[in-house]
Amino acid sequence: MNEFIGSMDITAKGCNLYYGDFHALKDINIEIPEKQVTALIGPSGCGKSTFLKIFNRMNDLVEGCRMEGEYRIGGVDIFDKETDVNVLRKNVGMVFQKPNPFPMSIYDNIAFAPRTVGITKRSELDEIVERSLRRASIWDEVKDRLRKNALGMSGGQQQRLCIARSLAASPKVLLMDEPTSALDPISTGKIEELMEELKKDLTIVIVTHNMQQATRIADKTAFFLLGELVEYGNTDDIFTSPRDERTERYITGRFG
Amino acid sequence: MRKLYSALKYVCIACLAISLIALVAVVAYVLINGIGNLSFNLVFGEYKPDAPTLLPALVGTLELVAIAAIIAVPIGIASAIFLVEYTNNKGKFVKIVGIATETLAGIPSIVYGLFGYLIFVVAFGWGYSLLGGAITLAIMILPTIVRSTQESLLSVQGGLREGAYALGTSKVRTIFKIVLPSAAGGIVTAIILAIGRVVSESAVLILTIGMVVNKVPETLMAPGTSLALDIYYFANHGRPDEAAATAVVLLILVMLLNLLAGWIGNLIKKSTYGDAK
Ligand SMILES: Nc1ncnc2c1ncn2[C@@H]1O[C@H](COP(=O)(O)OP(=O)(O)OP(=O)(O)O)[C@@H](O)[C@H]1O
Ligand SMILES: [Mg+2]
Repeated sequence: MNEFIGSMDITAKGCNLYYGDFHALKDINIEIPEKQVTALIGPSGCGKSTFLKIFNRMNDLVEGCRMEGEYRIGGVDIFDKETDVNVLRKNVGMVFQKPNPFPMSIYDNIAFAPRTVGITKRSELDEIVERSLRRASIWDEVKDRLRKNALGMSGGQQQRLCIARSLAASPKVLLMDEPTSALDPISTGKIEELMEELKKDLTIVIVTHNMQQATRIADKTAFFLLGELVEYGNTDDIFTSPRDERTERYITGRFG
Repeated sequence: MRKLYSALKYVCIACLAISLIALVAVVAYVLINGIGNLSFNLVFGEYKPDAPTLLPALVGTLELVAIAAIIAVPIGIASAIFLVEYTNNKGKFVKIVGIATETLAGIPSIVYGLFGYLIFVVAFGWGYSLLGGAITLAIMILPTIVRSTQESLLSVQGGLREGAYALGTSKVRTIFKIVLPSAAGGIVTAIILAIGRVVSESAVLILTIGMVVNKVPETLMAPGTSLALDIYYFANHGRPDEAAATAVVLLILVMLLNLLAGWIGNLIKKSTYGDAK
């Protein structure tokens, strides 16, 4: 069985992905460093979500999705038959565009992943719940209503709850697909601060349509267009001196 | 155009009035004729030729409901889980099964009765029995349970499944901890409505359990009766008063079941969705 220990950098080599006949990702090669925030940007439909979902193998659930290439996280081949997909997903958490808290209490939401791996002791669960909620900086807002249904929270709170729920599985990588696109600026700011904090321990890959957000939080930025990786580098370089003309046109808002 | 719209509105109101009048007329007629004839002895007393009682029918109805539900509910739910969670929902197989269950749900119950008669009464040599009737009823309500459970499962937001899988949750755990609880309200309502059909069914039972109205069945292999059958029996044997009284009991039972369905459904919805929805 393959375990995820050691560094948590992500590499994709010769990545090609097809939905049926549609060639969604074309020849992508990328190395994403550990413990940094990497932003994936590009116009709608260019394949950012598709690319992101490779790394926790959510595409496995899509009918007719076929892929080639080599994908490694911390050196482990994630499609190797020695790699258990559920172990992979515990190590590679995901936060979705639309907050998706489970219809149960706040406490049970956070305790869901630990319970899946067989943790049942109350004191242990209490501790994980508190630690995860604190790390997602939502503890103070919910500590008095842990037994209340999570669906009664605001959208921004729900999204931070979902982040806390992922953290409770102690992942080493966090994939975020437009996590703030449905949120107001204050909630967005909170989540951005949070990422700054989390990247001390986690490799974060985030899809965003918001250029300012990418410049604020991302160490590296990758620009996708029509299924191709056009340019990838330090965020500062991408936004101040892009090498590719298409990148420049996109970040200056002249197409896309 | 304006005129046409307001005319349409009045046509709808008129139609609604007709439906309501028909409904109220039936309920009122049954109640007016039946309530006066209800007595403790009629419902719970001992059966005598000149003073028939409903006790055998009450026992029979409860046993039929219990057995039919015990058989049909787990099989129906498991089938629906397979169709929704383990197949590609747009596939041919699911489509064919969908057409089959819809057709089966629409078949007149007397056809199920005939089937039960030929299989259990004749081929198995059981003669008329509560068990044969209950199994036939289970087969009859199965398609309905499968369909409504399927619909409840499909209405669970895909984001919840994705969220669970993304935490490294196995499929089985996702189904039992996330999907089924979210769909439980709809499923429970469907089950109770199916039980309502069992309670009010008569055609199937005439052909399978034998309509023995004067004896509480001692075993499941014994013939028996149900409330619906008793109405038929009393009406056919010159006892319109008892028939009307039985109808009241049946009506109340079905009404209670419907209320129960709504209540449990809401309760489960509340406990899964809290005050949010
Ligand atoms: N399940 C699927 N089946 C078929 N085609 C798909 C599927 N999912 C995505 N696609 C197609 O693949 C392409 C890339 O989609 P993807 O969702 O990755 O884009 P995106 O960059 O995330 O877009 P957005 O910014 O709008 O979220 C699109 O053309 C889309 O239509
Ligand atoms: Mg997307």
